Parts: sequence; C-alpha cells; structure tokens
Amino acid sequence: MNYRGPKRVRIDHKPMPEIMHPQDAIVRVTRSCICGSDLHLYNGNVPDTRVGMTFGHEFTGVVEEIGSEVQKLKVGDHVLVPFNIACGKCAFCKQELYGNCHESNSQATAVGGIFGYSHTAGGYDGGQAEYVRVPYADVGPTVIPEGMDPDDAVMLTDVVPTGYQAAEMGGIQKGDTVVVFGAGPVGIMAAKCAWLFGAGRVIVFDQLEYRLEFVKNYAQCEAYNFREIDDVVVFVKKTTDWMGADVCIDAVGAEAAGNAMQTITGRKTLLQAGSATALHWAINAVKKGGIVSIVGIYGPTDNLVPIGNLVNKGITIRANQASVKRLLPRLIEHVQSGVLNPKALITHRIPLEEVSDGYRIFSAKLDNCIKPVLIPPSARI
Amino acid sequence: MENKPVDYNLIKGWGIDADPKNDPTYPMKHRTNEEQKGYTWDRPTQQPINIEVLHSNERPNVTAVFGTSTPPSGLSGMIRRYAFQYSENSYGHWLPLLLADRVNVVEGIVDDFINGKVPNILAEKGYKAEWKHNRTGLLQKAAIVGAISTVAFLLLRKKN
Ligand SMILES: NC(=O)c1ccc[n+]([C@@H]2O[C@H](COP(=O)([O-])OP(=O)(O)OC[C@H]3O[C@@H](n4cnc5c(N)ncnc54)[C@H](O)[C@@H]3O)[C@@H](O)[C@H]2O)c1
Ligand SMILES: [Zn+2]
Ligand SMILES: [Zn+2]
Repeated sequence: MNYRGPKRVRIDHKPMPEIMHPQDAIVRVTRSCICGSDLHLYNGNVPDTRVGMTFGHEFTGVVEEIGSEVQKLKVGDHVLVPFNIACGKCAFCKQELYGNCHESNSQATAVGGIFGYSHTAGGYDGGQAEYVRVPYADVGPTVIPEGMDPDDAVMLTDVVPTGYQAAEMGGIQKGDTVVVFGAGPVGIMAAKCAWLFGAGRVIVFDQLEYRLEFVKNYAQCEAYNFREIDDVVVFVKKTTDWMGADVCIDAVGAEAAGNAMQTITGRKTLLQAGSATALHWAINAVKKGGIVSIVGIYGPTDNLVPIGNLVNKGITIRANQASVKRLLPRLIEHVQSGVLNPKALITHRIPLEEVSDGYRIFSAKLDNCIKPVLIPPSARI
Repeated sequence: MENKPVDYNLIKGWGIDADPKNDPTYPMKHRTNEEQKGYTWDRPTQQPINIEVLHSNERPNVTAVFGTSTPPSGLSGMIRRYAFQYSENSYGHWLPLLLADRVNVVEGIVDDFINGKVPNILAEKGYKAEWKHNRTGLLQKAAIVGAISTVAFLLLRKKN
C-alpha cells in the first residue's frame, strides 16, 4: 500500500524490508485491518504524513527473519503484533505504558511509535503490505495461541484492547450508566467491555443505523441515532433522571460529525486538530464528579472543548493510546473462553491489491461496513 | 533571576499526607516513578543512523529504533527541516508540516510522471467501490459538480 495524498492510496511494489536493528524481525503479513485511526491519515489530517508511506498498524504474520538480539521469537512463528512499538526498557514501558514508549519515536515526544502511522508516530512503514519490519520483536509480538482464529488474533492488535481500555479507564463501578459515543469497531468493543466491568446500563450513540443495529445485538445495549435526537446532552440527562451518565467514552475522535461548527473548523479547514463534537458531548453529558474516557484520536494542536465545564463539574479525564501488550494476557483469555468474539465485527475481507476500494468502503461507510481486513495474496492460498 | 535547588526535607510538613494509592492513572500505569530520575535507563542498542531522521527538539537524541519509511526530500523536505526547529508546543512546527504534506502530494505526482507512470487518481480514490455501492450518491455528486461548472462557465462567458 502506498499513500499518494489525501484520499489517494494504491498498491505499488516496494523493496523488501530489511533488518535494520538487532532486535528487528521481518514478518510476512497474513491479515491486516483498516482502522478508524487510518482515516485520520487517509484524509490528510495528521501532520508529517509523507507521500510514499505504507499504512497499517493492525496485523498478524509469520516471522521470516530475525535480528541477532532476538531471543524469544523464532522464524516460522505466527504472531499478532500490537500496534504500539515499545522497547520494554524505558521508564514508561517499565510502568506498562507501552503506548508511550520513549525509544520508538524520534519525531514527537507526545506519542510513542506506531506502525504505519505517519512520521509524527515514528515514520515506520506498516502492515498493509506483504512484508513488514517489526522492531523490538521480543517485546510486542505475541505468538497466536494454538487454535485461535487469525481473524480473532488480528482484532487483538488494536480494536479489542482499545475498546477494553476505554471501559477500564472509565473506572466503571457496578451499576454505573456508561455512555459510548461512536459505534465503530472501537465503540462497539467498548460497549461490550463496559459490562465486564459491571456497568448497569450501556448506551451507544452513532448516526449510522446499520452500526446501531449491530451494536444493539452484539453488545446487548441501548443504541440511539443522534440525528434523530434534538440535543444529545439533554437526552442523556433525562434518561439518567437528570444526573448525567456516570461514565462517558469518546470512541469517535477527529472525524466526528453532528455539529456544523466543529466540522467546518475541525475537518474542512483544519483550524483545530479535528472535530471535537463527541468529546464536547461527553464532557457535557457526564455527571458532576464523573469520568470521561477518551480513546478517540485527535491531532497534535488544539481542540475546542468546554474546559470550563470540566472544572466546574469536577470531571476526571482519562485517556491514552491502548497499552496492547499490558492487556493481551487477559484479553486472550476472554477470546478463548468466548466472553469476547471479536471476529464477528469483520464484515469485509478484501484482497490487499484492492486497497484503494477498501479504504473507500470503510471511509465512506459503504456496503454496511464495520471492519475490513486486507488479505495479501500469500495468505489466500 | 538565579534559582537554587530546594531541599524539600527542610520544608515543614513535607509529604505528611502523601498517599501512593490515590493514583488516577491506576490501573493503566504500574507506578515506579523511574522517570523522576530522568533519562537514565539502560538504552536499547542504537539503530545505525544512516538516513536523515528529524527529531523533536523536546528530546536530546534520535530514539534507539526509528522508521525509515520516507526520509525528507525535495521542497517538502526543506519545509519539514524548518518545522523541526520548533517544538511540538508550537504552531511553527505543525503548520509547516501540514504545508509540506500538501507540497509532497504535488511532488508525488511529478515523481510518478518522471517514472513514466500516470497516476490513476480515480482508482486511487476507490471510485470503483463508490460506483458499486453508492451509485446514486456518486451520480448526484457528479451532477452537482457538472451543474456548478456549467453555471460558472456561463457566468464567466457573460462577463467576457
Ligand atoms: N486510543 C487508541 O489506542 C485507539 C486505537 C484505535 C482507534 N482509536 C480511535 O478510535 C476512534 C474510533 O475508531 P473506529 O475504528 O471505531 O472508527 P470508525 O470511523 O469506524 O467509527 C467512528 C464512528 O463514530 C461515529 N460518529 C461520528 N460522529 C459521531 C458523534 N458526534 N457521536 C457519536 N458517534 C459519531 C461514526 O458514524 C462512526 O460509526 C478513532 O478516532 C480512532 O482513531 C484509538
Ligand atoms: Zn487501529
Ligand atoms: Zn519503551
């Protein structure tokens, strides 16, 4: 996959990736998803997204070659690769903040290294390709457990941990009302996981009927179309006996719809770092003393959100890139025991060669798409 | 103004109400407070720096590993180098980078032509999928663009 400019991606031949560091591995990709996060790049909203880059931070693959310092991973291992590139040695990795590593991204200190995610996240070519270079191969990559479907495995590289961490950061107490903004893969997973932490009520908002229908069944929750509601915040207040939700989760991020001013300043003119509509709603819909958990991604400059209300209501904000490696052991258990069934989110299986159409389908939400997975030729036989 | 380091052990009441369990980052962070010691950890081996890697001026060095996807080049590369003189805290960093991204798109098209390749922009934009799954939407869009161009054309012609 080769990025050529906003909304323009195609397949090109590139040289085989090489071992560049003794802890590198070269992985032959077997599955690679397109993510809501890729849309920020695809739309040209992330600074330092260079023409010629390969995207893709959610992938599984077979180890083809390893560097001299790699000890745990072996050639031939089928691995799932967390989207964060983490060294395992820095002060942040040691505190299990694997999404905030200090030895994987030279270009910015505010974000750790991420595969295929612009030079602002380290300048690594990603996994929407046949082969990919995987640094710190002994830290992140995890051998796919015996019997696990690769479709489930690829969802463990980002969507499942991100949804789970969104709920975890909500500090959900038994009986809490949890509102999730966004019924994309991440929001769907967050709604599902909110129950695991003891939520008493889970309410999801989106504008796409087919996704609302899906999340209602998949996460056994309430789902509402914000286009049909006059004022989302008043709606949440009313349905919580005028208290507000205990926890609000922003699973939308910079491409949010629903407020013309935010859309124009955040998405059309880039006067702010993405449209902050969902976060705005989350802050105003949570109760006094409540918690807002943010996993939706925004750009590196500023956003228009009601900070004054945050202070006056005594809200706690918790946010991060998911720390995939920290959560994997527990989440693998959940998948194996059937508590979570992530592959059910995959609606489209697209040959890697058709990546341009894949991006179009996911970004324009065509053909009732929830999660597309790209499959390279070598993994189709 | 000169500032001397403060010895907090001499401050009356220092730390008497400290409560390590009151940690809003729990359970996302297994607190060790190692970062209080500064940039002191045993670093991984350094990846040889044999391409141009721009690094944020909020850190002292290039990280132990780095991506080699697309080193800065051409006019966009010059703009990017300029941007990296400014910190992540500054518009002087991000706005030039966005500008460089746009310049880079034009460079990409020029490169394609130099390499004897005519970029098929409609295919790159996935219009095949749009045609298959959203034909009415696409036709509507085309009709609107067509109508606007016709009106603009007529207006311009009238002026002349
Ligand atoms: N923090 C992390 O580690 C992490 C990891 C993965 C993804 N993300 C981010 O999570 C977000 C969601 O990812 P995704 O893959 O589910 O994307 P997606 O684009 O499939 O889903 C976003 C959904 O939000 C809906 N939406 C738009 N405006 C809304 C609003 N105002 N209120 C409610 N819903 C609204 C859209 O209709 C869409 O269904 C993205 O911002 C992505 O970058 C973060
Ligand atoms: Zn992702
Ligand atoms: Zn680290």
